[in-house]
Amino acid sequence: MKRVIERGPAPEPIGISVPRRDGIEKVTGAASFTTDLTLPGLAHARLLRSPYAHARIRSIDAEAARRHPGVIAVVTAADLPGVQLEYGHAVADHPLIATGKVRFAGEVVVGVVAEDAATADEALRLIEVDYDPLPYATTVEEALAPGAPVLHEKAGRQGAHRGFEEDITRDHPNVCSTFRQAWGEIEDAFTGAHLVLEGTWHYPMCYAFAMEPYTSVAEWKDGELTVWSSAQHPYMVRDDLAHVFHLPLSAVRVIVPYVGGGYGSKSYTKIEPLTAALALKAGRPVRLALNVDDAILTTRGDGATVQLRSAFDRDGRLLGRQATVRLDSGAYAENSPLVGRKAANRLGGPYRIPALEVTCQVVYTNTAPASSFRGFGAPQVVFAAESQMDEAAEALGLDPLEVRRRNLVERGERPWPKVRGLDAKIADDLALAAAELDWSTPPAPGVGRAVCVSASDAGSEPVTTATLRVHPDGSVTVLCGSTEIGQGSATALAQIAAGEMGVPLEKVRLVQSDTAAVTYDRSTGASRTTTLMGLAIRNAARDVKAQLLEWARESWAGEDAPEPVLEHAGIRVGDRLAGWGEVVRAWFAGDYGEAIGRGYLRKAGETAEMPPFWEVGCVGVEVRVDESTGEIHVEKLVTIGDVGCAVNPQLAEAQDVGAAIMGLGMAMREELIYEDGNLVNGNLYDYRVPRFTDLPELRTVLVERGDGVGVYGAKGGGEGALNPVASAIANAVRRATGARLREAPFTPERVWEALRERDAANGR
Amino acid sequence: MRETVEISLQVNERAQSLRIEPRETLADVLRDRLGLTGTKVSCDAQVCGACTVLVDGRTVSACTFLAVDADGGAVRTVEGLARDGVLTPLQQAFIDEAAFQCGFCTPGMLMAATALLEENPHPTEDEVKEGLDGNLCRCTGYAPIVAAVLRAAETGR
Repeated sequence: MKRVIERGPAPEPIGISVPRRDGIEKVTGAASFTTDLTLPGLAHARLLRSPYAHARIRSIDAEAARRHPGVIAVVTAADLPGVQLEYGHAVADHPLIATGKVRFAGEVVVGVVAEDAATADEALRLIEVDYDPLPYATTVEEALAPGAPVLHEKAGRQGAHRGFEEDITRDHPNVCSTFRQAWGEIEDAFTGAHLVLEGTWHYPMCYAFAMEPYTSVAEWKDGELTVWSSAQHPYMVRDDLAHVFHLPLSAVRVIVPYVGGGYGSKSYTKIEPLTAALALKAGRPVRLALNVDDAILTTRGDGATVQLRSAFDRDGRLLGRQATVRLDSGAYAENSPLVGRKAANRLGGPYRIPALEVTCQVVYTNTAPASSFRGFGAPQVVFAAESQMDEAAEALGLDPLEVRRRNLVERGERPWPKVRGLDAKIADDLALAAAELDWSTPPAPGVGRAVCVSASDAGSEPVTTATLRVHPDGSVTVLCGSTEIGQGSATALAQIAAGEMGVPLEKVRLVQSDTAAVTYDRSTGASRTTTLMGLAIRNAARDVKAQLLEWARESWAGEDAPEPVLEHAGIRVGDRLAGWGEVVRAWFAGDYGEAIGRGYLRKAGETAEMPPFWEVGCVGVEVRVDESTGEIHVEKLVTIGDVGCAVNPQLAEAQDVGAAIMGLGMAMREELIYEDGNLVNGNLYDYRVPRFTDLPELRTVLVERGDGVGVYGAKGGGEGALNPVASAIANAVRRATGARLREAPFTPERVWEALRERDAANGR
Repeated sequence: MRETVEISLQVNERAQSLRIEPRETLADVLRDRLGLTGTKVSCDAQVCGACTVLVDGRTVSACTFLAVDADGGAVRTVEGLARDGVLTPLQQAFIDEAAFQCGFCTPGMLMAATALLEENPHPTEDEVKEGLDGNLCRCTGYAPIVAAVLRAAETGR
């Protein structure tokens, strides 16, 4: 790993690659995940899923299952009066269990709770469901065709998250939401253009494959609900559960142990309402643990078709960009309306585009619901946009890097009206990536190189709190609602607390993700945690220090007493430095008590402008193509991690590499395939994720220019390196072979077809 | 009542006699009957390697390996690697190289790599990749795991 450091100093241990704080637990098997949890009286649930893509449920006969020895409860929608069955983030359209009809093959129809999982499985086989199959649409084209089957007869209610009212247009019964992003005079841009390029790109629906499948445990006691779950956003799950069961927020406790991978797929509410409903009916704590085949049917990434048209002047400067994006969002809205918005926005940066008009439709289809997934709309649209930038370079006879340089937004410049100015020097990042690929040396015949960039409006909303407690021995406990999903928040946030308080890292304990024990954080996603929770912890540190200064004045007041002065690691009183613990002890007049710091973050002050930060993606590849088989060999993969300030460089690098390899999988192999209404590769045999032997030569440069909003200029990473990977590979293949790839993943078959198209175009 | 059978086996060098159902997998027995939850189940179909444990020194997928087939055998799990709180060089190398993130694949990855190094104490980079190709990791992009195994080979298992 190389580092480029152009930022001011940060107090240790910020900026140091300290070992992960979850390390020993995770290498000894001691780390506890939701799936490892057991409770007294715990019962086990299994689910009956629909075999039909779209069908009315005529009747459910579960009597034999109810009588089966060891069965505690059999639950259908009819068994849950008084429960608000539909929930959802943007649109409350997702019933926790099928109500009246099923909208995708794999939808949950019946839940069985038994003494053990094997008994529940036996009972499932005794249930008879009478379905009336309906015509279905498993592609966007089918869903938008005249006379298409309608998935949702009535418009969904407003979901838990406000602000989507205008998007929920229903201009077609299968269109969930439409978002339009526009500025400038688009007609003029195309009229005056020297070059107009137009194309259509397809990005597949993908499966995140978090290795820990969705797992929840729910327990009711005295009308209060506790849920342990593999969830990224415990507070959002709390809010949905309170709504579903008509409870005050304070009556719902969501606890998140270690999470076995998230990547966005565990954002928002998944199986928690169903688990809680099963526990309610069973009168027992219930564990619902999905397997991978079930998890694939729970959430996936949005597939996309991007029609993109761009206008350039003769120097390769962008004049305008016009796009129609259609997302295949599955049977329920989940978070796709927000993915749609971000997909539209992410066609804007990182270039200066005088006129832009993007329409993004989120379309219901009879497939598993799509929601958040790492990159969040960016991988889909960046594939199209960055492919077209290379096409422009080719058409104008320019170096692809030069076309980008002429269009890149400068640091401080707003990519479009009313957003935060760009907080990165992307042109410099581009140059670093090119240098790692020896750009100026021509590649061997049959080898192609490319560098692509992206800028995502990231960070979600800056609504975050932290609590920092200073104990009488000077040690510190930090309470925060950010989840350790593997990204290293348990380590990086503790480093920030230690650095801000000037105490050794060993004296900081971080408590995370228990809504009854830690204070509010909106979410762990959008690459926001180090930046936004980091700021909340800094604010809490400032707050507690201000209190401690006041306490020092009160405790040590007197005629000749020196005025206490706040220092980095304590309070100076005359020639003596009093540690934080000493101040606590003095104020409480004994070896007890504590000081409580409050850290708030909201859309105000330094985080008033949206987005809170821009997440840069900058990736270079070198590929070789076997023309006889159509197989692409990605030989080098370069990522530039432009993170402002790497709180823990080793973990920042790890995020960049992990994101890039996930992007490689999606570009090369990953794709969920529906045939005849069913997912035909919904298992890990047929859905192929990257393996050890797929690993290219990797190079990462961490860039720290201190230009983010976070502590010491930090800003988010962990998604950026995924976003440009598909376009970089496609562009490199073009330069290696002359073939243009417009549909991911780039299977040998598709590459071979593109090679034949090239031959046909060349008259061969 | 379901049919049960009695099995006897060594788990991390401790003798165990258990009455189990014949359908129970080794993962079920380790996790649910012996409380050894370090062994993780992900794909439940012998693809991902998360549940890898050693039976008589050989790697098996505990999610699909019937516990009765371990009768009389010696099983090693991730809980059996460190002794008296001292990590093995491989475990330490995983920490030093940040060879895990979420940690869900890590127990299986460690067991597969332990078996690899026992068979081939000084593997090349390609031998590590080939040897561990049956273990999936979705977080790290594999590079730090390769580095950790090579480091452990240098420092001695």
